Amino acid sequence: MINKSTQVEENTEGYREIEITVFRYNSQNKNDTPEYQTYKLIETPGMTLYIALIKIWSTMDHHLSFDFVCRAGICGSCSMVVNGKPRLACKTRTNEFEDGKITLLPLPTFKHIKDLSVDTGNWMNAMSKKVESWIHTKEKTDIAAIEKPIEPEDAQAVFDLDRCIECGICLASCSTKIMREDFVGAVGLNRTARFAIDPHDERTDAEFYELIGDDNGVFGCMSLMGCEDHCPKELPLQTKIAYMRRKMVKA
Amino acid sequence: MSQKDNTVELLTGKNNFGKKSRIPAKLDFLQSVTGLFLALFITFHILFESSILFGKEAMYRLTKLFEGEPFIEGGEPLIITALAMVIFSMFIFHAFLAMRKFPASYKEYQRYRAHRELLNHQDTNLWFIQITTGFAMFFLGSIHLYMMMTSPEKIGPYASADRIFSDWMWPMYLLLLVSVVMHAWVGVYRLIIKWGWFDGKDPRKNRKRSKLIIKVLIAVYLFIGLVSLASYMKIGYDHQSDYGSRYVMEKIK
Repeated sequence: MINKSTQVEENTEGYREIEITVFRYNSQNKNDTPEYQTYKLIETPGMTLYIALIKIWSTMDHHLSFDFVCRAGICGSCSMVVNGKPRLACKTRTNEFEDGKITLLPLPTFKHIKDLSVDTGNWMNAMSKKVESWIHTKEKTDIAAIEKPIEPEDAQAVFDLDRCIECGICLASCSTKIMREDFVGAVGLNRTARFAIDPHDERTDAEFYELIGDDNGVFGCMSLMGCEDHCPKELPLQTKIAYMRRKMVKA
Repeated sequence: MSQKDNTVELLTGKNNFGKKSRIPAKLDFLQSVTGLFLALFITFHILFESSILFGKEAMYRLTKLFEGEPFIEGGEPLIITALAMVIFSMFIFHAFLAMRKFPASYKEYQRYRAHRELLNHQDTNLWFIQITTGFAMFFLGSIHLYMMMTSPEKIGPYASADRIFSDWMWPMYLLLLVSVVMHAWVGVYRLIIKWGWFDGKDPRKNRKRSKLIIKVLIAVYLFIGLVSLASYMKIGYDHQSDYGSRYVMEKIK
């Protein structure tokens, strides 16, 4: 691991200087070696890591790669490891870090692309197919008709779990997923719980068992709660995984 | 399961009816059941051991009670053998089930360790304690249980103290005590989370509460266990010259 030379921004307005150290590596280039590169920049009021990264990219290093779309904690693209904790760059303020030193790493467990950029999309797509992440019903769906109404509490419970943004932070915080690549993770188990509580979905517990009834599914979870403690949307992962486990043991 | 059924699962990943095996569900459930049983056992076991803190007679009377003295004159140590056999079987079964979760290769171990160090997350760290103490107990627990199975008559204020002090078993018991207390209570905390036992209206708050209670229980049980062990050490030290002689109650003397 080599420490690249430090790039520095000139301080003209009297704000604090912060140091952002970034993991640099291009997985597409066989000759590249992993490095840490430090950037010194001036912290502006309300600065998020996303803003800091954009500043680095636009004024200091146009080769730095990282992902983002919405800048508002909705798309789940800018997840990365911030001083050891998987977080969303757009929801992390730089002034949280008292010493002004921040180390950024790409999310582990996902296919690394370059620097802070990883491929979460293909994994999420495969997971969605694996847990059959869609309403299963024998009724013929008429897309022109209004959907069958359900109890408001049920709708609320489904919407609550639907807040998942597939950022991958639950997987990057999970020891099981770190060790066992095929583990479906909290995101997958949350998805099955979402359909299990949705009255529109007619699947039985036995049918859900076919999807998550093994050590790659709910029985792989060791309840270490990395997912619950790092989820940026504060989804009730602890209770929903327990809910699916109780159901699957009886299925 | 027949050979034919096994072959079908080998080739298809499913059983004869095209369904996933229910074995993983049973293994997960039984790991919890055996763990809870052993945790409850050790909770009482350590308390019974600590009877020495109330004096030699208290410990002697309790030992004889477990040997069935109210019904059998002089007590029957074979009852202890039978009890130790049940616990040992449960212990081996639990170890067999829990091993499924251990890192099983260099790659898994390296990834787990590097990630744990990076994340520095309390519950993930607690699991490290569990696998470390679990691994240690494969050996420490087996030594203790085998001795209790084969020499059940050597339990008593002097017999136990001689074993601990003069027979040099105290380092083993010290390691076993720390391992079993940590493993059992962290395991109980894990069960609470895993099955959602005390979720209540505010699962996050209740999880914090559960963790705090578990930490207190670890401290209390370590304290009781260590003080009891020290007490046996003291008795064993004082009893060196009479090594092997057994305790006799005052009024019987």
